[in-house]
Amino acid sequence: MFDVAIIGAGVVGCAVAYELSQYKLRAALIEKENDVAMGASRANTAIIHGGYDPATHTLMGRLNVEGMRRCFELCEELDVEHKKTGSWVVAFDATQRTTLEMLLEQGVANGCEGLKILEGDIVRSREPNLSDDIVAALWIPESGVLNPWEFTLAMAEVAVRNGVTFMPNTKVCGLTWRQDHYEIKSHTIRSALNMSEDSSFQQEYHRETDIIAIRAHYVINAAGVGSDLIHNMVAPPAFEIVPTRGEYFLLDGTAVDHLVGSVVFPCPTRAGKGVTVSPTVHGDFLIGPNSEVVADREDTAVTGGALRDIAQKAHRVVPSLNVRTSIRNFAGVRANSTYGDFFIEKSATNFIDLAAIKSPGLTCAPAIARVAREMLQKDGLLKEKRDDWRGGRRIIRFKEIPEEERDAFVRENPLYGRVICRCETITEGEIIASMKREIPPVSIDGIKRRTGTGMGRCQGGFCGPRVMEILARESGRDPLSIEEDGCGSTILIGRTKDPRSREVSSE
Amino acid sequence: MHDEYELIVIGGGPAGLGAALSAREHGLERILVVERDVQLGGILNQCIHNGFGLHYFGEELTGPEYAARLIDRLNGQAIDVLCDAMVLEIIPGENGHTLRLMSADCGYRTVGSQAIILAMGCRERTRGAIQIPGTRAAGIFTAGTAQRYVNIEGYMVGRRIIILGSGDIGLIMARRMVLEGATVVACVEIMPYPGGLTRNIVQCLQDFDIPLYLSHTITRIEGKQRVEKVIVQEVDDRFHPIDGTDIAFDVDTVLLSVGLIPENELSRAAGVEIDSKTSGPIVYENGETSVPGIFACGNVLHVHDLVDFVTTESEGAGKAAAEYVLRRIDVLEKRIYEKVSHDDVNLQSPSYDDPQKVACEAEHARASHDDVERSALIDDLSKKLVQGRSYCLSIVRDETISYTVPQRIRVQRVDKQVSVFFRVKNPQKMPKCIVFRDGERIVASFRRPYMMPGEMERVTLTREQLDDVCGNELLISVEEIR
Repeated sequence: MFDVAIIGAGVVGCAVAYELSQYKLRAALIEKENDVAMGASRANTAIIHGGYDPATHTLMGRLNVEGMRRCFELCEELDVEHKKTGSWVVAFDATQRTTLEMLLEQGVANGCEGLKILEGDIVRSREPNLSDDIVAALWIPESGVLNPWEFTLAMAEVAVRNGVTFMPNTKVCGLTWRQDHYEIKSHTIRSALNMSEDSSFQQEYHRETDIIAIRAHYVINAAGVGSDLIHNMVAPPAFEIVPTRGEYFLLDGTAVDHLVGSVVFPCPTRAGKGVTVSPTVHGDFLIGPNSEVVADREDTAVTGGALRDIAQKAHRVVPSLNVRTSIRNFAGVRANSTYGDFFIEKSATNFIDLAAIKSPGLTCAPAIARVAREMLQKDGLLKEKRDDWRGGRRIIRFKEIPEEERDAFVRENPLYGRVICRCETITEGEIIASMKREIPPVSIDGIKRRTGTGMGRCQGGFCGPRVMEILARESGRDPLSIEEDGCGSTILIGRTKDPRSREVSSE
Repeated sequence: MHDEYELIVIGGGPAGLGAALSAREHGLERILVVERDVQLGGILNQCIHNGFGLHYFGEELTGPEYAARLIDRLNGQAIDVLCDAMVLEIIPGENGHTLRLMSADCGYRTVGSQAIILAMGCRERTRGAIQIPGTRAAGIFTAGTAQRYVNIEGYMVGRRIIILGSGDIGLIMARRMVLEGATVVACVEIMPYPGGLTRNIVQCLQDFDIPLYLSHTITRIEGKQRVEKVIVQEVDDRFHPIDGTDIAFDVDTVLLSVGLIPENELSRAAGVEIDSKTSGPIVYENGETSVPGIFACGNVLHVHDLVDFVTTESEGAGKAAAEYVLRRIDVLEKRIYEKVSHDDVNLQSPSYDDPQKVACEAEHARASHDDVERSALIDDLSKKLVQGRSYCLSIVRDETISYTVPQRIRVQRVDKQVSVFFRVKNPQKMPKCIVFRDGERIVASFRRPYMMPGEMERVTLTREQLDDVCGNELLISVEEIR
């Protein structure tokens, strides 16, 4: 029996787990995918938003500035890659300039500091690649970029270190209140990890599903794009998720000469914050997103039309931008809803919704977790803090080791001298260290999210096979069972010369 | 391993091996080859098919055999080799360059070298670079990565396969996958002509009844976890998909063979000037880049079709690097420089640079009455001379040619002749001429029965032809035979 079960290990669920791990209680973090941050938390604009954008009366408006400041603190405490770049909202004409004034006023009301509107020439003196047509821009100094999946992972790792049970591959299919607790019915997937020894060949990917019941006194719904489905298991429908897909380009930072040094937004419209041009913590540039309502909550396909549209819009802001330097396109599905704001409510007995968390949800996550904590405290939980809580986190990244210390470090730790990912200079030492942390990666992309392998220009073309070899070796798995990303995304289908690897002829 | 070398070759594939051997042959004694893989040979190791070596060795070899011949030669020489090591940075210097490199065995090291040869090869273009719409399912490989899994690691990457792009590796892999028991349903090429060598189209597709769809591309990939289906559409002459031409293929794997990109991040960071057409360094007649003492050869310079030409090209770079180190060239340059800067040019003295042009510029400098201007002019001239930038012909091209290597020729450094590699932009199916012009005048003309963008062409210009050039540009173009 758990005291609290959190459904969903995205940034919100992990922020709550981090918060709860500081108290004496048994908590579970339930996730349907094989890792944390598998939904919108990994496919977003990776921005710590300043807080000028959401309307003041909304929860988004009230939590943004607190979340932003807490994000920066947490990134420091947990060694998450981030950069306080500041951001701009640019105006192309007098009407948009009026919008800037409105945003400035709203930002001040939301608690933002240091906002100011600057004339086009001054803006261009600080961001020389911005369009000559920009007449003015709002400067938001307290904002920046971060590595969103590492942020999520870092909070989850600390939570697990302090006793939170992480349950991946567990999809909640029913919630029933049983007098003093919830019975959480879940499908658990026994993934390819558990392949028996003799099945050196995998005829077909076997995915075995069991139904298990998890019991918990309290349930927190942080299920992102699935949060209305979870809500509807215990309460009358109150909102509906409108899955909204956003597509992106990632441009190669080594090929593009300093596009922008800070985050650049167009003037927001009713459709959202618009196509952003921003630097990433890895030295590349992110362009996007568009905004398209999709039927399937997991439809992260990219489309030709949207990408062309994004390129065109970004071009208007940064005319020198060249999408031929693209190294990846991806899409995320955001949990927009009919409600229009974060849906944070106690919707049933011992059940809290942290639902419909759309942008700026990543930034707000730590503040949302604080709200959730207070709601639990109001219900008499979380009375006692753990005195043995161990926070903090330090990651060794070869690239960050100062020049003069590298020789001694590599002599001491030779595996950090073997570069596996050439594009991003990631060493074998970093990969193996990532596998020894609280939530070990199970897939090639799991290692990618933890270390940065395969993020660069060759997109894992060179390092993919080597990462697979290390992952298989260190975890004692057969390379045939290693997946690219989610459950079922196997890479290899068998050994050569094995008749079962052949396509059976239909003749 | 030493702290100082005469030459460091970055990359131990065919280009690096050829360059190191040639530099040794031309008199260098302290050479280091740095290779990031655990063994020498580069991508040749995974190219287990035959067809290599016909031009260079005069017999047909497999990739590993071709590599082995070079490695055997290297083993007999006093050349240091460091495998499983990465060069992280090149810091160019006036009196020799510095490299930072690292391996698990030797740690993080700073090593000096008088000359450097860039031979890092190329990488494959990926899905992200060409923006194929659809899901992010597993089962999408670049052809070279699939080749490594199949030929080196011994794993199958799929059963039903479609190949996007008709580059040589894709064609080779089409045949390879069929031989391993997979079904290759199609090879799809967006251009109206194939990207790879004609012999590969015949031997890898036609011989195995694999259909080639020209002017087609993949417009959608479907499948949640693993690829399940792809949609192929015909494209118009602006490469836009044509409605109603959809063909669906049930496949579990997509192999991409959509181009190779020279790997020049290290070069770029070192300040080496890059040609946007080749994505490789801009080089002079001897493979020297814009940074004196740094040379480039092989696929890091421009993507070759045949390894034999890589070997020949690298031998040239190795020789040039040896000459550079042994100062045969610089001594002459310094002599001119000293004369100019001492305001005392002996116009009749033999120099390898064009005496008339030196005279002209020096005269101009001397004639100037303004001391500041004069010393600036002399400075400028001497700088040009020392860096070997003077009296350099630029090869320019019209729209019929997509690139040339070299891009610049210092005529006085051409011994007897210089090879110019190029590709035509569009297929030339009728006999045509490759013409080099100095203004209106034809300097050289070469007849070719046909030319394809997928097949690199080579012509040779003689020193005599180059000496006759008056302007500072040489225009290359495809012309009708007159």
